[in-house]
Amino acid sequence: MTAKDLALKRRYRTERLMMALVALGTLLAFLVLFLVLAYALFQGVGALNLDFFLKDMRPPGETGGGLRQAIVGTLIVDGLGLLIALPFGLAAGVLLAEYPDHPVNPYLRLLSDTLNGMPAILFGLLAFILIVKPMGGFSGLSGAFALGFLMIPILARSTEGVLSLVPKEIREAGLALGLPRWRVILSLVLPTARAGLITGVLLAFARAAGEAAPLLFTAFGSPLLELNPLKPMDTLPLRLFAFAISPYEDWHRQAWAAGLVLFGLITLTSLLARRASRRRF
Amino acid sequence: MRRLYSHFGDRLFAFFLLLLALGVVALALLMAYELYRGGSLALGRFGLLGFALGREWDPVVQKAFGAWPYILGTFIVSFSALFLSFFPALAAAIFAAEYAPRWLAQIINFLLDLMAAVPSVVYGLWGIFVLAPWLRDKVQLPLYMWAAEHLPGLLPLLGVPTGYGLMTAVLILASMIVPYTAALARDAIALVPKEHREAAYALGATRWEVMRLAILPLARGGIIAGAFLALARAVGETMAVTMVIGNSHKLPYTLFGGAATMPSVIANEFTEAVEDLHLSALIAVGFLLFLVSMLVNSTAAYVLRRQERLVKGVL
Amino acid sequence: MVQEAVDVHMESRNLVVRYGNRVGVGVGGGVSLPLYRHRITALIGPSGCGKTTFLRALNRMHDLTPTARVEGEVLLDGENIYAPGVDPVLVRRRVGMVFQKPTAFPTMSIYDNVAAGLKLVGIRDRKRLDEAVERALKGAALWDEVKDRLRAPASGLSGGQQQRLTIARALAVEPEVLLMDEPTASLDPISTQAIEDLLLTLKEQVTVVIVTHNMQQAARVSDFTAFFLNGEMVEFGPTELLFTKPKDPRTEAYISGRFG
Ligand SMILES: Nc1ncnc2c1ncn2[C@@H]1O[C@H](COP(=O)(O)OP(=O)(O)O)[C@@H](O)[C@H]1O
Ligand SMILES: [Mg+2]
Repeated sequence: MTAKDLALKRRYRTERLMMALVALGTLLAFLVLFLVLAYALFQGVGALNLDFFLKDMRPPGETGGGLRQAIVGTLIVDGLGLLIALPFGLAAGVLLAEYPDHPVNPYLRLLSDTLNGMPAILFGLLAFILIVKPMGGFSGLSGAFALGFLMIPILARSTEGVLSLVPKEIREAGLALGLPRWRVILSLVLPTARAGLITGVLLAFARAAGEAAPLLFTAFGSPLLELNPLKPMDTLPLRLFAFAISPYEDWHRQAWAAGLVLFGLITLTSLLARRASRRRF
Repeated sequence: MRRLYSHFGDRLFAFFLLLLALGVVALALLMAYELYRGGSLALGRFGLLGFALGREWDPVVQKAFGAWPYILGTFIVSFSALFLSFFPALAAAIFAAEYAPRWLAQIINFLLDLMAAVPSVVYGLWGIFVLAPWLRDKVQLPLYMWAAEHLPGLLPLLGVPTGYGLMTAVLILASMIVPYTAALARDAIALVPKEHREAAYALGATRWEVMRLAILPLARGGIIAGAFLALARAVGETMAVTMVIGNSHKLPYTLFGGAATMPSVIANEFTEAVEDLHLSALIAVGFLLFLVSMLVNSTAAYVLRRQERLVKGVL
Repeated sequence: MVQEAVDVHMESRNLVVRYGNRVGVGVGGGVSLPLYRHRITALIGPSGCGKTTFLRALNRMHDLTPTARVEGEVLLDGENIYAPGVDPVLVRRRVGMVFQKPTAFPTMSIYDNVAAGLKLVGIRDRKRLDEAVERALKGAALWDEVKDRLRAPASGLSGGQQQRLTIARALAVEPEVLLMDEPTASLDPISTQAIEDLLLTLKEQVTVVIVTHNMQQAARVSDFTAFFLNGEMVEFGPTELLFTKPKDPRTEAYISGRFG
């Protein structure tokens, strides 16, 4: 066997080794995700029933009941948060995409990226300082602000991204018709990008719906169904956390059910987002 | 007339947009300012350095607040998690971008999105009920027994094998930050011009050699930026860490024993903090967390911009 | 060097390349084309006629395109490179390739770029590497311009220099055949001239196949020319003959400029 053959053999050994390492690394990278999903499905399906959606939680130590108050709370707090975030996030995104030369854009982009990278718990601290303290107590509203703050930079960047995919010709066609720019944006660009915009909103909503950290000292949580946003309110992640660190078996069971519901919500929105983003304009 | 009117409409519209968009600017500035102001009581009392380097955190008896245990904990946990996750994440990126057939790559990309989207309380839940007990029974206890018999000198490093501590937090965190490194690395690899990989193939390179010669050097910036982004996520991760880290700020930290991080102490103590100084100290920890996150994120952004220039220069 | 007798070095037989179910090249029975040893063969034809597709079949680059299928044979010294068991990595070592865009590895030094292929096959010996790098750079007519800055990054070179660097890189592994896909298309006239001059000396070492959409270039540098049109090889012959007495009316139309 010649030296050349030997060298080639060594190269192929390296090739196979790296291939194996890459495959192994990939499996390793997803291992915990798979396990988490498997457990959430397995434990969650066993724990999930109609009561989960229709009844409020039971006092410590008692079994049964559901998490209606947390589901309703999640929808209210997250929905209010979205209402708060939408005008700011959309406007920033439109400014970034439709007025590319605007002098504030470099700062706007820098700051929304900075905010996007901030730990979620800091939005909770900010909402605590700005809302909870002056109001003198925890409330669903302050939680909505915390989530709203969190969603603003997400919406800004997703809106910018979606609008930048709208073909130039659509704007030019509108301008050529003599439409003013604001009409072109409102009645041509935004409707064209509608699917993408909705996707962005959905993703922001889902992301916020899974957050517990910013709500710990804002929405705070409540064992009873609460519809008044000026009072403390429950959300699924908050309740999941509280149940998980509690000593009660039945609460652990419900925590898994909450995990499964949250996970289902996230998967659904991710899938929807994927489908929508595959569609080109 | 009409033109004047529409011109006015444009101005008005842009003005409203600007006004709302400035909300983003205000939010960022407000966060920096309010966190600083909220923490100023503690920072003023101990000084920025004294607060950051103080080892004593005792809200009850001494009423002393030093954030060092949390800074150290954050540092150890996030760097260890990055170290553990980096190569698997890179492997997943390489696999998705170069080795896998299209359909499999699409599945991997979906899983990466999903991994980033699964709420951290769900990871934490799994950590509490599955990972921590398993680690305790199958890893920590045997290791502890073994060390007790053969290498007693190791015991102070290992600490109490409760399952809830540094090791568990690092493992959970490592798997949570995989998608950040992997997604950026994958995009950077995909951006390497086709000509470059073909040039390497045309030299008679094998697939891995193409990776090494043509792809990884060009994608390096994106991979590094991804690592920084993952680090930023690790630094700020709150719930999953809080749920499994054992929440002890007693130094020195041990491998199995409890520890705490900046976000975990805020999550743990905030609602129980009654005294102004305690509350202020927690907000000051938040301020430090803000600074660290900004530093890590801007580093990632800087590396990424340089990477984009490099690849553009090549194209 | 004594000029050897003209013999066939490489040869395609009934070669068809499909992308999915579209034929990229080989319409009408496939391409059969001899490539003579130590000669320059030019492939000409309008854009999209299949020149690149044909060229890439000669060193199995289509293996990298999932949709591409190759039928027929390509013989290298009489052996079919598509026969089962033939290693494309080894084929590509014997049949090098230079692309339209310069593809110097930008993060590597000039020296490392040229040595890249040699290091792959396990040559670590400093002296051998130095010699090979110098020989290749001289062969690519780049040595004088870079000999003082071999350690500088390749990204600092001009486009024409980078293209010669990629030629040097391909030459360093001492291939038998060098495939060039429009190597001067993205270069200025002076760099183009340098590369054309280089081609004439290159053929002493290697068999060259060059794709060009520039007929003057083909006429200047090549010994043989093949004319492609719409995925079909229309005509092949000695360059002089093909340009002066084309047999096929389509060839005549093309070279007299009716297709542009
Ligand atoms: N990767 C590919 N996938 C599908 N079709 C291709 C691909 N590459 C080339 N083709 C098609 O094959 C034909 C020949 O292309 P090519 O060989 O690039 O022509 P030339 O190099 O002569 O300009 C063209 O019709 C082109 O569209
Ligand atoms: Mg071509």
